[in-house]
Amino acid sequence: MHKNPILRVCTKILFAPIILFGLYVQFHGDFGPGGGFQAGVIVASAFILYTIVFGLEKGKKLFPSNINLLLLALGGIIYGGVGIASIFLGEEFLSYNPLGSTPQSGQHIGILLVEFGVGLTVSNVMIALFNAFISFKSGKAS
Amino acid sequence: MTDILIKNLPILVVLCPLMMSLFLVLISNAFISWILTLLTTVLTFILSILLFQEVQTHTYISYALGNWAPPLGIEYVIDKVSIIPIIIISSISLLSTIFSYKLMPFDVGQSSISKVYSLWLLAIAGLIGLVTTGDAFNLFVFLEISSLASVALVAMGAKKDKQALVAAYNYLIIGAVGATLYVIGVGLLYSITGTLNMEDLSNKVKEIDNNRALIAGFGFMITGIMVKAAVFPLHIWLPRAYSYAPSAVSVLLAATATKASLYILARILFSIFNISDDLIIITLNYVILPLSILAMFAGTIMAIYEKDIKRLLAHSSIAQIGYITLAFSIGSNASIAAGFIHMFNHALIKGGLFMAITSIGYYLQKRITINTLSGLGRQMPITFFCFILCSLSLAGLPLTAGFISKLYLIKATISSEGIWIVFLILISSALSLIYLWKMIEVLWLHENTKKIIINENPSIYISLLIITFLNIYFGLDASLIVNNSESAANTLMGFSK
Repeated sequence: MHKNPILRVCTKILFAPIILFGLYVQFHGDFGPGGGFQAGVIVASAFILYTIVFGLEKGKKLFPSNINLLLLALGGIIYGGVGIASIFLGEEFLSYNPLGSTPQSGQHIGILLVEFGVGLTVSNVMIALFNAFISFKSGKAS
Repeated sequence: MTDILIKNLPILVVLCPLMMSLFLVLISNAFISWILTLLTTVLTFILSILLFQEVQTHTYISYALGNWAPPLGIEYVIDKVSIIPIIIISSISLLSTIFSYKLMPFDVGQSSISKVYSLWLLAIAGLIGLVTTGDAFNLFVFLEISSLASVALVAMGAKKDKQALVAAYNYLIIGAVGATLYVIGVGLLYSITGTLNMEDLSNKVKEIDNNRALIAGFGFMITGIMVKAAVFPLHIWLPRAYSYAPSAVSVLLAATATKASLYILARILFSIFNISDDLIIITLNYVILPLSILAMFAGTIMAIYEKDIKRLLAHSSIAQIGYITLAFSIGSNASIAAGFIHMFNHALIKGGLFMAITSIGYYLQKRITINTLSGLGRQMPITFFCFILCSLSLAGLPLTAGFISKLYLIKATISSEGIWIVFLILISSALSLIYLWKMIEVLWLHENTKKIIINENPSIYISLLIITFLNIYFGLDASLIVNNSESAANTLMGFSK
């Protein structure tokens, strides 16, 4: 499949807009429809498309699996870290109010950080699952 | 600082293993990941002890997540009921983490240790979250976290035996069906009450009578949780999953996983719904009571005919779960207390037995059936000594923890149900002596034909000794468990009135 020029060119053209759209959905999440889950899947779909067209080896070169694993855990840590930060600021777990100077800005900062963590984890889990499934050879998982 | 700690205890006890499980993904060194796991479980244990002390003075601790007031937001509830499974889970996870030091590399290989410990802590976090949460849907999330993590842990046994994959797959599918049934039930209840908070749910359920959706929702929830708790006809996943899992995982799961689900069962039966309600009385008398009696006998008889020791213990777990659900099904304060007593004691007993058997498996470097055990008792006196004490405790002989739970169970049964159930309990306990004696006889009386020399390893038997000591200690002085179980039962029954 990676010999087909139309696919290769289209993938290269689409790659950046997909990520851009993912970021739009990500940061749109606190005002309207969108958020970390959807954005994570959209961002992951860019990398998955790249891997489908160019093969697993090039896909892993673009996005090494150890970085994938790191970001996967990091997303969860960011989510929990926001919660722990609000505990240390004297409120309940995941209470965003004390994070900013006013409760409103606190809510704003809190939801952005939490959604960022969610987006990071979701996109990396999608990529990791996809890579795990396609590297499955009959009878043996790598 | 301390008041921040005390105020946030209900979330910290869940958060501590959960966050560490994420950190462990980033660490690849086997030893460091074990140390971090150990520290986390020690910390979780300390937090749960602090929580236990808090509950003694405040009796009901409610924690609003994100400062959203309870009926709307997610609420974590610690009361005299939920503290019992929290203590069970945190203490067993500490002991089995110590136990896993030598066995985990042996079972899953050095390279994947840190990932396994990450899953291990995730399973613990899921189980603790399951019992802390006061929100019916949040409970489903934790149910999924804990069971998916345990499925992956069971599948790690595949390095030694490919059967573990089949076991894990069975566990995954059946567990997912159970969780789905539960969430359908929650959905139905939500459609008529408009709330997910358990306390709010119990208030609203009282006002509705004879609603089809309510009955259906209740049925779905109960069935889903019964799958997770391995109540008799829904237990199929349990023997395989426990017997092919890596050794330390068997210990952790056998001692804690079904206990958490049994606690949820009690919560649904007695605190969300009302014990005086016809629906509950019918469920208890015509569904749970007969199934528990069947479980007591079916589990024991399957154990008698079983040759593979880990599977034998898993079958015996089914019978023991039968005792606990039997205690719940009688539905008096005393019997529910007996159920909680047995829940605690069974965690100690089964944890000890699985530790003893899996460490024998480690010394022999192979899977153990009844024949491979012959004459090994003399080779490993400490392990064998602990094994025999835990077996006696399982059979319910005096001076052991098992005796206390049988005593209270029988006392509660006589006063409300009559003599025939007492007979059945006694017969099935006597039957359990058959399979225990079968193992002890082979271990001690048969000649050791192969002349194997075994050096017992302190890092393995230390936690076995501790758990055996606890079995004896709580047999001699049961006041701690009995008092707390009784106040748990009173809280649970008072909740519904």
